[in-house]
Amino acid sequence: MKFPAFKYLRPSSVAEAAAQLAEHGDDARLLAGGQTLMPVLAMRLAEPEVLIDLGRIENLRGIALEDDALRLGAMTRYVDLERSALVAEHAPLITRALPYVAHVAIRNRGTIGGSVALADPAAEMPACMLALGAEIELTSTEGNRWIAAEDYFLGLYETAREDTEILTAIRIPLAPERRVGFYEVARRHGDYALAGAAAVGDVEDGRIQGLRVAMFGCDDLPVLAKTAAKAAETGVLDGAWLEADVSPTSNINGEAHIRLAQARVAFRRAVTDLLGVSNG
Amino acid sequence: MSIAATNAPIGQSERRTKAKRLVTGRGRYTDDVTARRVLHAAFLTNPFAHARILSIETEEAAGLPGVERVFTGPDIADACNGWTGNHDLFPKLDSPQQYPLAVDVARWQGEGVAMVVAETRAIAEDAAALIDVTWEELPAVADPVANLEPGATVLHPGKSDNLALELRLGTDAVDAAFERSTLVLEESFRFGRHTGVPLETRAILAEFDPSEQRLVIHQSHQAPHQQQELFARLLDLDEQNVRIVCPDVGGAFGIKLQFSGDEAAVAVAARILGRPVKFVADRLESFTSDIHARDHQVSARMGFAVDGKITALEVDDIYAIGPYSIYPRASIMEGNHVMQLTAASYTVPAFRGRSRIVYQNKGLMGHYRAVGQPLGCAIGEVLLDRAARKLGVDPVEIRRQNYADLSAGPVTSSAGVALEGLVLHECLDTLVERMDLPELRAEQTRLRSQGRYRGIGIAGFIEQTGPGPNYYGKGGIPVSAQDGCVVRLEPSGKARVFSGATDQGQGADTAAAQVVAAALGIQADDVRVTLGDSEVCPYGGGAFASRGTSIGVEVAWRAGRRLRSQILELAGALLQCDAEALDLRDGQVIELATSQARFSLEDVARIGHFRPYELPEGFQPMMSAVEHYVPRDKPTVVGNGIQGSYLEVDVETGIVSLLNHWVVPDCGFVINPLLLDEQIRGGVVQGIGGALFEELVYDDQGQLLTATMADYLTPMAAEIPDIDVTRIEKPMGDKTLGAKGVGEAGTAGAVGAVLCAINDALVPLGAGIAQTPCTPARILTAIEQARNE
Amino acid sequence: MDDVFDITLTVNGRRVSRRVPVRQHLTDFLREELGLTSCHVGCEHGVCGACTVRVDGAATRGCLTLAVQADGAVVETLEGLSESGEIVDLQAAFVDRNALQCGYCTPGMLITAAEMLDAKQPMSRADIRTFLSGNYCRCTGYQAIVDAVETTLTARLAEQEPSA
Repeated sequence: MKFPAFKYLRPSSVAEAAAQLAEHGDDARLLAGGQTLMPVLAMRLAEPEVLIDLGRIENLRGIALEDDALRLGAMTRYVDLERSALVAEHAPLITRALPYVAHVAIRNRGTIGGSVALADPAAEMPACMLALGAEIELTSTEGNRWIAAEDYFLGLYETAREDTEILTAIRIPLAPERRVGFYEVARRHGDYALAGAAAVGDVEDGRIQGLRVAMFGCDDLPVLAKTAAKAAETGVLDGAWLEADVSPTSNINGEAHIRLAQARVAFRRAVTDLLGVSNG
Repeated sequence: MSIAATNAPIGQSERRTKAKRLVTGRGRYTDDVTARRVLHAAFLTNPFAHARILSIETEEAAGLPGVERVFTGPDIADACNGWTGNHDLFPKLDSPQQYPLAVDVARWQGEGVAMVVAETRAIAEDAAALIDVTWEELPAVADPVANLEPGATVLHPGKSDNLALELRLGTDAVDAAFERSTLVLEESFRFGRHTGVPLETRAILAEFDPSEQRLVIHQSHQAPHQQQELFARLLDLDEQNVRIVCPDVGGAFGIKLQFSGDEAAVAVAARILGRPVKFVADRLESFTSDIHARDHQVSARMGFAVDGKITALEVDDIYAIGPYSIYPRASIMEGNHVMQLTAASYTVPAFRGRSRIVYQNKGLMGHYRAVGQPLGCAIGEVLLDRAARKLGVDPVEIRRQNYADLSAGPVTSSAGVALEGLVLHECLDTLVERMDLPELRAEQTRLRSQGRYRGIGIAGFIEQTGPGPNYYGKGGIPVSAQDGCVVRLEPSGKARVFSGATDQGQGADTAAAQVVAAALGIQADDVRVTLGDSEVCPYGGGAFASRGTSIGVEVAWRAGRRLRSQILELAGALLQCDAEALDLRDGQVIELATSQARFSLEDVARIGHFRPYELPEGFQPMMSAVEHYVPRDKPTVVGNGIQGSYLEVDVETGIVSLLNHWVVPDCGFVINPLLLDEQIRGGVVQGIGGALFEELVYDDQGQLLTATMADYLTPMAAEIPDIDVTRIEKPMGDKTLGAKGVGEAGTAGAVGAVLCAINDALVPLGAGIAQTPCTPARILTAIEQARNE
Repeated sequence: MDDVFDITLTVNGRRVSRRVPVRQHLTDFLREELGLTSCHVGCEHGVCGACTVRVDGAATRGCLTLAVQADGAVVETLEGLSESGEIVDLQAAFVDRNALQCGYCTPGMLITAAEMLDAKQPMSRADIRTFLSGNYCRCTGYQAIVDAVETTLTARLAEQEPSA
């Protein structure tokens, strides 16, 4: 299981990386933390001609508070997010979800940008971005553009990122009063979720408003459960309407209806977590 | 010869010398062994479950810079004899001839089809991808039940069906016994296919010297002498010219016990090329081509009288073994164990068993830890629990009242297991006490009223370990049931041990050092043990079937005692007294009458080695001793034990959380409590893996869907509870040390305990589950079915 | 032909310069180039943890890191940690508790545990289990490992308490 041969490029700026990506297009793969890409290469499920290592681009890494948003450099590692007081204060959903992401050594190298770029439907971070209403910065030789997470995830490992674009940053709007909730069903600690839900919303007088619940592990992509969230705002917390939002298919983890049942539980438990009630 | 537990260091928790080396990164596993001009092998494997090779084009691969040679199946077959996984005790088993690589038809996904040997493994993999095979895909024979139906596609040409062998036990008297029963329970059990996943994959380095026709192999394996015989036989070499060295082995569990085609191909390549060739299976190759285990579908029926006494048992097993019976040990034993070990500790008045061993296009089946024992245990214990519930008998009581009555001496179970020296009631009573069962039941009830579903499971198991020569010897299979051991006194008065046993971390070396130290009156640290080298170690069977203590340690003890006698003879000659009047203690020769030290052991050793002229004329000092030991009086050591599991099922998600686990094993005589306990715990966790997580899932086309460690789920630290081990120590007999192997005890009972506990948790929902692993989806499905009924 | 790259890094306190194939992972580099065989290959897809080494102070999967990515980095393997004596207490606890059998997972397990111990935070047994949950051990059943780590942590925390 050795990596296939490739050419290795190590740009020192985003501009250089973008130029290299423009030159090689879909023959190239961007190397961020490598925690998912490298296994793919090891199994030779992909054999890119060129690997562009973003690891030496200093300004891609870091967490900064802007006027109306928390900005996360794409190459910021999970471990940095986990330990960040800024993240804990302004995007506690991420702090809450990170312990569920794989294991220590993976979090020491894996990056937020890598995870969002890959868009694994069962991964925690893409769903958190969706729930948080994050914006994603894509940069190419043509310049940069910001795209809302809702418009970014398109299908199974399919995103709005063009082959010539680099995911360079993520912006999470500040919302001081917002509460968060999180739950995932996984067979082992650190596994990808069988079903998971990441929730944000406001609670006033015990009623939820502005609820956004992103489901993961139960469809081809992370999905905002809009119908179920609306129902939850009226007090229907059990995810009864979830099938209007997600369509799990039968797979090795179970038949579709079983997976939907697990998704409902994840939804309800994330919302009750948000409400501050004990799960059960 | 039974000895007191005070015969230190026997019975003490000696630390392992090897552990001190391994914690500093100084392990030396097969891939750490280097050789000049070494080449690396990679395989092109069959991508289909079943396919004919119409042609293989290797030119492009062979032309890749760095590639030394590309071998196809016929290339290797020309230089290696074929083999069959047959067994003379079962003449109806007629497994077809195999060669290292598929020659014309490949019969499982992952079977080697061509081998590239190159300067680096990466280049070898690049080249393997350039080999162009024209395939004719053939129908996959995947489902073992369907494979037995009339008209099913027959896997092997010339055979009339896919039945490799049918085993039968018991009598038809069972039918009448069922008719007389108050309650007859029937269940169809399914045990998922899994495998051992040693962290170090299979690995081999083969070196051939044409001038001496000598093959030296470093291999991660459990049985070096078996491999010596097989490599010599298959490559037509003289056995004394084949040396198998097993360096540190990174876990084995039966996965490194058979003979593997890829390893044979590597040896052939080393011979043809005259250069060392190394092959370290990668994890994908491991999942597809390591031996697999379990994969049984068992219809079981158990009859009961009104008081809960078992009246009858029928076990009908279908055992799917892949396209061939495994070489050299044959894929039979697991089917046999499923039949024999179901409810084996109970009195079963009428029994009938059948195991149909079936060919199919999946990986081969071997002898993974506990070989079928966990299945037999689980089947019996789940049915017993159900009967207890139906009849309103307490689950502990129903076990107690059904236990075989050994008060009048050994009995033979109706399935033919000789039950002798078991401690059934004491194990059960101890378990109930350790679990604090009444308190657990109260907690369970309390939590059920809060909508939480906890379950308690108890599973007693019988094991057959430390086999004598009957099974393999009479089967015509070159597997040694005996172990030899040499103990050598060094001039320092310390000792070396060379043994035919092997160690993969269990502590066979430490245990041997302990008994030899006890025999010689020195410290365990004064004994250096060498294992795993077919050239320098006395012939032996290596490690399998929990034989390390009952055979390997026994022979070390005997060799140590023999050397002790020789030393006392020598000392007696020096002191002009009877050897009987002397003893060895604390590195000294002691005069028994006075308890005075007369010589140090070192003095005696130095005289023996360097100054024998100080001895009476004609006295020949014997500075080494050799013993061989093979159990002759019974076919296996039969042991027992019991386990308890306490867990919670999340009935909404199907996730099981393990809360506690208890084991009460009958250990016979204990050599090293520390190593014993950890062996048990490790075994339990492998059983838990089978019960909850691990499964080699194939689709209906015979494609393995769980061939990575991200898909094949092994238990990790976070899923596992602390495991309480309470040893029952009852030395067996007085002819031997009386130690029983416990390597498989943990695994044998854990599946049953967990399965019983899950079923117990689901009782209020009217649901039950009889399939492992108990995945969340399977648990939810069981609940759903109960709701719909 | 393989693309190659010149790298210079610090391994176990020594400066090392090599020309490496860019596709070589850090584990193979440490093993094949430097003979640091404590870094084990277990799965080569980032799951088992046998190849865990320290890169710039952080436990890292050697099989998911290219050797070229370690250019300029400080890399430590169990050989280095043993030489420095940094985890001599943890190693002794592993031996004492028999927290290893075949020993193949042990280097990665120790390096992961060392990272936990470095945080000098009280941890429950469940916390320890979770922290170690990315390191597969097939032999021990984990309990002895948790015991050894817990013992070491307790001793270290007791040591750093100011004496009254």
